[in-house]
Amino acid sequence: MKTDDLIATLARDARAAGPSVSAALAAAVAAAFVLAAVVFFGVLGPRPDIAAALATIRFDLKFVVAAALALTALACLAALSRPQAQSGRLGLLALAPAMLALAVAGEMAAVPQAEWQARWIGTNNVLCLLCIPTIGIAPLAVLLAAMRRGAPTRPRLSGAVAGLLAGGIAALFYAAHCTDDSPLFVATWYSLAVMILAGIGALVGGRVLRW
Amino acid sequence: MKGADDAELAGLLRAAMAGDEAAYARFLAAVAARLRAMVRRQAHDGAEVEDIVQETLLAIHLKRHTWRRDEPVLPWVHAIARYKAIDAFRRRGRKCEIDIADFSETLPAPEAETASARDIGRALEALSPAQRAVVTSLSVQGRSIAETASVLGMTDTAVRVAFHRGLAAIARRFGAD
Repeated sequence: MKTDDLIATLARDARAAGPSVSAALAAAVAAAFVLAAVVFFGVLGPRPDIAAALATIRFDLKFVVAAALALTALACLAALSRPQAQSGRLGLLALAPAMLALAVAGEMAAVPQAEWQARWIGTNNVLCLLCIPTIGIAPLAVLLAAMRRGAPTRPRLSGAVAGLLAGGIAALFYAAHCTDDSPLFVATWYSLAVMILAGIGALVGGRVLRW
Repeated sequence: MKGADDAELAGLLRAAMAGDEAAYARFLAAVAARLRAMVRRQAHDGAEVEDIVQETLLAIHLKRHTWRRDEPVLPWVHAIARYKAIDAFRRRGRKCEIDIADFSETLPAPEAETASARDIGRALEALSPAQRAVVTSLSVQGRSIAETASVLGMTDTAVRVAFHRGLAAIARRFGAD
C-alpha cells in the first residue's frame, strides 16, 4: 500500500468524533463511584456506630488518606492518558503514603507499645484484604476502559495507577464499614489490599492498554 | 521557524477536526515526511520505513482526540511516533536506537516514499463484511462518505463508525504482522 493512498483514505474520516479523553475519564470516575457504592451497600453497609465514629480522628483520617490516594492517582492517570505524558506528576503518589507514615508515627507516640500489635493486626484484616479488591474491581474495569480511549505510552504503569485510583475509591467506602481505625492497621492492610488492585491493574493494563 | 511549522500544522489539524478533509490530507502528508526522515535513520529498507510510517499515521488518526487544540502539535506527534517506532522495532527483534529526543529538529525528508510491502487487500481481510464494504468504497473506489452511505444504504454516521472501526482493525492487524 502506498502511504499517499493511506493518507487519502484517512482524510475521508477527518472530523474528530466522540468524547475527549478527559470527558471519558470523568465519566469513568463517576461510574466507578456508583459501582463501588452498589457493591458496598449491597454487601457490607456502614458500621452501626458510624455517627460516634465520625467524631474520632482515627476514623476520619482513613477517609482523608483514601481521598488523597484517589485524587493523586486521578491526576497521574489523566497525565498518563496522553502520549506525551511526563513522569513529573508521579511524585504526587507519595502524598498518601507520607500521610500514613506521619499518622503511624503519631499513633506509636500516642499509644503504649503493648497495644501496638493488637492495633496492627486488628480484627478485620482478612475482610479488608477481600473487600477492598471486591469493591474496587468493577471501578478498575471502567477506568481501564476509559484509558483505552486515551493513548497511554506506558500501559503497565497506567494500569497500576488505575488500580491505585480504584483502590482509593474502594477504600473510601470500605473505611465506613471497617472498625479497625488505627493507622497501624490502615498502613498495613488497606495498603496491601490497594496493592492487590494495583497489581491486577498493571497485569491487565499491560495487555489491554496497548494500541 | 520551528514554532511557525508547529503553528501551521496545529492549524491544519484543528481545521481537520472540524471536518476539512483537504487540510487533514495536508497535515498527514507533512507529518509523514517528518516521520520518514526520523525512521529512515534506523530502518533496514524503504519498505520497513513505510510500514512504520503507516502504522504511526494510523495511530495518529485513531488517537487524534488525545491532542488538545491549544497545545503544540509536534511534541504530541513525536510521542506517538516514538511509541509506535519502539513497538515496531521490538516486533522485528531490534532495539529502537533512533534519536527521537528532539523530533522538532527533524526536517521533512525530501526523497519520495517507497511503497510499503503491505497490501491493502490483505489488510481488508481482517475486517467484517460491512466494514470491508465501507473501507473499500472509501479508500479503493474513492467514494465520499455521502456517496458510500447512499450506495450501501447506510446513514452517514453508520458509515463513519464502520470506517473508524475498520481502520482500528487494520491498525491492529498491522501491529500483529
